[in-house]
Amino acid sequence: MIFVITFLVLIMLASAISACVFRDLLSAVIASGIVSLIAAILFYLLQAPDVAMAEAAIGAALTTAIFVIAIRRTKRYEEDEKNN
Amino acid sequence: MRRIISILLLGIVALGIILSISKIPFGIPKSKVGKFYIDNGVKETGATNIVTSVVVNYRGFDTLGEVTILFIAALGLGAVLSTRKNKVERKIEPASLILRTGCRFLFPLILLFGTYIFIHGHLTPGGGFQGGAIIASAFLLIYLGCRERRISERGTKLIESLGGLIFVVVGLAGLVISGYFLRNFLPKGIPNLLFSGGIIPIIYIAIGFKVGSELAGIIDNLMEESG
Repeated sequence: MIFVITFLVLIMLASAISACVFRDLLSAVIASGIVSLIAAILFYLLQAPDVAMAEAAIGAALTTAIFVIAIRRTKRYEEDEKNN
Repeated sequence: MRRIISILLLGIVALGIILSISKIPFGIPKSKVGKFYIDNGVKETGATNIVTSVVVNYRGFDTLGEVTILFIAALGLGAVLSTRKNKVERKIEPASLILRTGCRFLFPLILLFGTYIFIHGHLTPGGGFQGGAIIASAFLLIYLGCRERRISERGTKLIESLGGLIFVVVGLAGLVISGYFLRNFLPKGIPNLLFSGGIIPIIYIAIGFKVGSELAGIIDNLMEESG
């Protein structure tokens, strides 16, 4: 059990860091969706199914979709800070 | 220079958090109210899901505030997005046959699952917010799969308002019948049955409809804008 949780936390950390680093905003949104999904699995494993359900539905599905819609209306790639 | 200052500030914040948390023993329940809910929750509210008994019964007023916040957020989003007058009818590219069929097949199942979650909120994990979010994700699926379909804005507004109204009316009925707002005035019944828990299932069904239609309306607003 502890190995499963450690593994999931490591994936979660990796995707959280990559969500900050990615220049491609679509990839960043998907990475933050993965963070939410793993958070939901962790909530379930830690015996909080109510929170897990809310996290999976709102965090992983709806927020990701809203961000994707927002990206579609704006720009997909982040620009360099120095250009601004 | 800016970097040094930000690192310094971050260090101060981290120090503050460490100092305040290190005094709390890890894993030992400090508050007595949690144990009270676990011991007396089922007996006092008739709901076997302790989380629901706290959310709707003991802290029902907080939930009313939460629902109000969601309502205002959806309203604000609608107000901001509907100021754009230049709504152009973009040509919608239809999704592939496999996607359409899959969406049509999955949509009622997800809807049924969401409804199950909020009707059984007082018995099994879940409740109005979770069920509503699942229902909204079913509508999201329909928007992605069958793109020409739209839910009527008037319908979502009506369901949303009715849900909020039922919540407040049930609360006021408690005030009139037994003395204070949101009191559980209905018979509590036998725990573990569907018709138990007094006003809890009524409120959670109202919240489920409200949250579901609100989030579906938000998605509808955004999709309409993005064409």
